[in-house]
Amino acid sequence: MPPQDDRSERHTMVVTVDNEPGVLARVIGLFAGRGYNIESLTVAEVDRTAHTSRITVVTSGTPAVIEQIKAQLGRLVPVHRVVDITIEKPGIEREMALLKVAGTGEKRVEAMRVSQVFRAKALDTTHSSFVFEITGAPDKIDAFIELMRPLGLVEVSRTGVAAISRGADPM
Amino acid sequence: MDQKVATQAAATAELTGAEIVIRALKDHGVKHIFGYPGGAVLPIYDALFQNNELVHVLVRHEQGAVHAAEGYARSTGLPGVVLVTSGPGATNVVTGLTDALMDSVPLVVITGQVATHLIGNDAFQECDTVGITRPCTKHNWLVRDVKDLPRVMHEAFQIATTGRPGPVVVDIPKDVQFKRAVYLGPDKTPPRDYHPRVEPDEGAIRTAMHLMAAARRPVFYTGGGIVNSGPEASRLLRELVKLTGFPITSTLMGLGAYPASDPQWLGLIGMHGTYEANLSANRCDLMIALGSRFDDRVTGRVDAFSPGSKKIHLDIDPAQINKNIRIDLPIVADAAHALRRMIAVWKEEKLSADPELGSWWKQIGEWRARNSLSYRNSKKLIKPQYAIDRLYALTRGHDTYITTEVGQHQMWAAQRFKFEEPNHWMTSGGLGTMGYGLPAAVGVQMAHPGALVIDIAGEASVQMTMQELSTAVQYDLPIKIFILNNEYMGMVRQWQELLHGGRYSHSYSEALPDFVKLAEAYGAIGFRAEKPDELDDKIRAMISVSKPVLFDVRVDPHENCYPMIPSGAAHDEMILSDADEEPELTDEGKMMV
Repeated sequence: MPPQDDRSERHTMVVTVDNEPGVLARVIGLFAGRGYNIESLTVAEVDRTAHTSRITVVTSGTPAVIEQIKAQLGRLVPVHRVVDITIEKPGIEREMALLKVAGTGEKRVEAMRVSQVFRAKALDTTHSSFVFEITGAPDKIDAFIELMRPLGLVEVSRTGVAAISRGADPM
Repeated sequence: MDQKVATQAAATAELTGAEIVIRALKDHGVKHIFGYPGGAVLPIYDALFQNNELVHVLVRHEQGAVHAAEGYARSTGLPGVVLVTSGPGATNVVTGLTDALMDSVPLVVITGQVATHLIGNDAFQECDTVGITRPCTKHNWLVRDVKDLPRVMHEAFQIATTGRPGPVVVDIPKDVQFKRAVYLGPDKTPPRDYHPRVEPDEGAIRTAMHLMAAARRPVFYTGGGIVNSGPEASRLLRELVKLTGFPITSTLMGLGAYPASDPQWLGLIGMHGTYEANLSANRCDLMIALGSRFDDRVTGRVDAFSPGSKKIHLDIDPAQINKNIRIDLPIVADAAHALRRMIAVWKEEKLSADPELGSWWKQIGEWRARNSLSYRNSKKLIKPQYAIDRLYALTRGHDTYITTEVGQHQMWAAQRFKFEEPNHWMTSGGLGTMGYGLPAAVGVQMAHPGALVIDIAGEASVQMTMQELSTAVQYDLPIKIFILNNEYMGMVRQWQELLHGGRYSHSYSEALPDFVKLAEAYGAIGFRAEKPDELDDKIRAMISVSKPVLFDVRVDPHENCYPMIPSGAAHDEMILSDADEEPELTDEGKMMV
């Protein structure tokens, strides 16, 4: 028997599903019922005529658990395809976040300066606050949030990851 | 109206939702349905009233309807159909649905729902049926628009019966049952985009056959997937086993796929399996798993399961591969398709078993000589093993179907009753549902009116669905309920003895009914046997009666079911009898069920 690898890895799965009532509940119920982790989950209809939605789910587990997650997702009747974009089709992962930062004086100036370095956009400005929009890989957003924390971070809203493979071919 | 116009009108005639349901059932070849009426399914029951082709079996509790449909499905290979109302009707089917999901039984369960405008209002007898049944069905639907109903009905049969079979639920609000839509038959409705893999990978088949030819200590380990694939898979399995000369063991769900009377048959594998089956699994160098899923009842401690073997795993469900045990060679396919290719490759390439197979058989012979199913008989008390042996001996030559409840009696039946054909053994394997056997027997007898259908039961289990005896009486179903009455929840008592210092917490049945009088109260026949020498005559009498029978067999209350692999132990750590020194159970083992 090959030795079991017990290291937990983070994987991003892209799941194409029929956009029908209850499909998200099936996916989430599967993760909850079998004790799998969900780190983030994003879903929207991507093809209106074919009624298909695309779910991007970031999960973590040992290689054996990741293999099971993929297989169990594949069993759901409305699921057409599951691609583990972390190993099968190296791709690009992006996430969007909205941050509210409140403060005055030097902190306010510093917040604006950092946002420019990260190419964040100020969507809303008052004399004592900003709302920034930032897009990037999850790590970049994590870093931006950490930098904003001492500068008066009030709240964060994140979309979760959307992912797509590189190159000309579809997934 | 001229002929042409009339035909066109008929082709596009609108049916009510209720009529669509009945029409779709007929188009899918359904002959029997098991159900219980209620407010939210009255339109369907009305449509049923006006249709005399479908036979409806009125059960006494909705759980019974599902188990009856399971018995029907597993003894015929056809999907079982259930019709129940909303709210409590739907929640009462949950146990049966979970049972069918675990054991891969194709069922189409139709539930009524409150009218669409009331959904979400906590209406009378409302519950979120699709929400509640989502984790215990293969798929389910809430049909809000009658125009979707024909398609959903056809999809329901498609999903339930293809790939790995399983139960589905179609939830139909009452207003949808009244509304009208055009009905299109299954041939005019595009099938659901659902394509489970059926054909095996040719390369994997060839590799598998070379591994088999090179193996010195191979063993087949087969399961319910062979039975579910259909009779052809059982026939091909027999051919492959004969062709290779390898030993074969089977899971609880796989019994009957290979004839138990054959010398290559090692008996049941797992927690209460035979010594030779479990030792072969432990010491083999190649395990060929066919339609079995390495359930914890089979493997025992996973890190000690068949440690020195390469493993080939054939399953139609890719999620079973590598789930509990690491697999060296997976084959995702339908069993019959894969077996056909395996036999063809073995013959084409003129493969033959390794000459070492002889010494493997010699070793197996030594294990077999331990006679692990032996027990000490008594002249005074009826031993449960003796009762099963006599039942088996006296029913030979009949077309016998066995159902069981769950517990010691189930394991004794699995160990001792020799099944020669698939689809003749109906038991709750994955879920372990006490109360399965009696209603399952109702379903089996409905499908096989002339057959001898016996529920091998325990006195505790059978009381969970005892009311279905009334169903058997109503429909003249001469099922035989053979109760091994030891006054205990025997398997609970056995575990309390082994794991909890003999503290028999609430496992003794203090106030049992008089089963003979109970039978009479239902209009069935009651028998009781208290001494071994009464048994044969009464079994014969039971078989010859053409009415439902409740047979109270008073057995030794203290008998334990051996052999046994205690939870958390390995296959070579079996307890063979009471006389064996009990192994110290690890804390981890105690934690397991």
